[in-house]
Amino acid sequence: MTGRPLVAILDYGIGNLHSAQKGFEHAGADARLTADLGLIRAADGVVLPGVGAFAPCMAALGRTGLDDAALRAVQSGRPFMGICVGMQVLFAGSDEAPGVSGLGVFDRMVRWIPGPVKRPQMQWNVLQRSGDHRMLADLDDPIWAYFVHSLAPEMGDASDVVATCDYGGPVVAAVARDNVWAAQFHPEKSSAVGLQILANFVTASAAAATN
Amino acid sequence: MRVARVIPCLDVDAGRVVKGVNFVDIRDAGDPVELAARYDAEGADELVFLDITASSDRRDTTVAMARAVADEVFIPFTIGGGIRTLDDARLLLRAGADKVSVNTAAVRRPELVSEISREFGAQCCVVAIDARSSSEAPSGYEVFTHGGRTRTGIDCLEWVAEVERLGAGEILLTSMDRDGTREGFELKLTSKVATAVGIPVIASGGVGSLDHLVEGVTEGKADAVLAASIFHYGEHTIAEAKTRMAQAGIPVRPT
Repeated sequence: MTGRPLVAILDYGIGNLHSAQKGFEHAGADARLTADLGLIRAADGVVLPGVGAFAPCMAALGRTGLDDAALRAVQSGRPFMGICVGMQVLFAGSDEAPGVSGLGVFDRMVRWIPGPVKRPQMQWNVLQRSGDHRMLADLDDPIWAYFVHSLAPEMGDASDVVATCDYGGPVVAAVARDNVWAAQFHPEKSSAVGLQILANFVTASAAAATN
Repeated sequence: MRVARVIPCLDVDAGRVVKGVNFVDIRDAGDPVELAARYDAEGADELVFLDITASSDRRDTTVAMARAVADEVFIPFTIGGGIRTLDDARLLLRAGADKVSVNTAAVRRPELVSEISREFGAQCCVVAIDARSSSEAPSGYEVFTHGGRTRTGIDCLEWVAEVERLGAGEILLTSMDRDGTREGFELKLTSKVATAVGIPVIASGGVGSLDHLVEGVTEGKADAVLAASIFHYGEHTIAEAKTRMAQAGIPVRPT
């Protein structure tokens, strides 16, 4: 392939996507904020961002039809990355929004971080690797990332957990299965570490584009 | 693990940083992008920009600044000062600010806190509180507005509980008795507030030494410490601050 891999950041009208786009550009992508189904289908990698709360994000995804677009991108085998609430909506549902179904890519639930720690966790924390996933390639430990969240996915059987952080106990910080990566922290706000993680995704997108 | 954050605060007027920042080799000490990038490289955990632009018709420069900073700097930043409406907040958040902080406008119309929180999430809704000691307030501290000039008659701890209930995601607490004195944080006020709420509290006002930053966390129980002059005037680097905090046993992100 030639040029920069095309990374489509799904724009469904939720929150600030500016930093995500700029972060992926810094990391070497041709990053577009888009709701255009053709562009999303043509992209080498697809990113599902999300801030705020689970229910409004799911509602906005449904309203824009980007829930289906996201699921098709997941099924296509192209690199796919969920960030923050964009990670949480890949799960079956959330304590935050009883009765609201998530996209169900991962079949367990998102739960409140147990007390008595302060919520949200709004701080930098260390990613403790679980296995050796390429999301965290070319990073030296300790890996510091910026978190803002009050809920996190259940640990499950942990086979898809890429990293945890310690916040009153182990909290799922990143998961991955096949082509789907997801981060509870904000790589686009985690300085040089975060840009490396975005670059790892861009590299994976470039590799997928050549196949 | 609870990890304390170190947050430099920059005053901006019409999109330019004022009250000069003394970095060596800085090309333009008024350029918010260059200063923000510098603080990122030095290991600052977040940045706060306090907008002191007086005339409202120049506030679009603040939005442009938020966009310029977000283009180049990949750590979280907050913009506060002069945010009166949900539209003001929306413009700054859309431009790339991670959080907005509201102060006077929230006292005047507390629903603003719930509006911002509902639309954009609690994580981006900071309530800045300027408190002063007062024998008339049950907690001993009263909320002031307009940069500490106007009494509200509101008890600080009651206001803190109220804004948490309304959906604030964080509190930026400034002691007006200490602000500018370099005598250290008002630790009693800070610990009262930080232990009364379940959301993070940033201590502000009075830092004159690195030990003050340590005390803000150990005695003040703050989740983050904010300072301006000790960093801007080249007295101390972020690295020195974090080294001192780490020596005192406070977990910090190393620089």
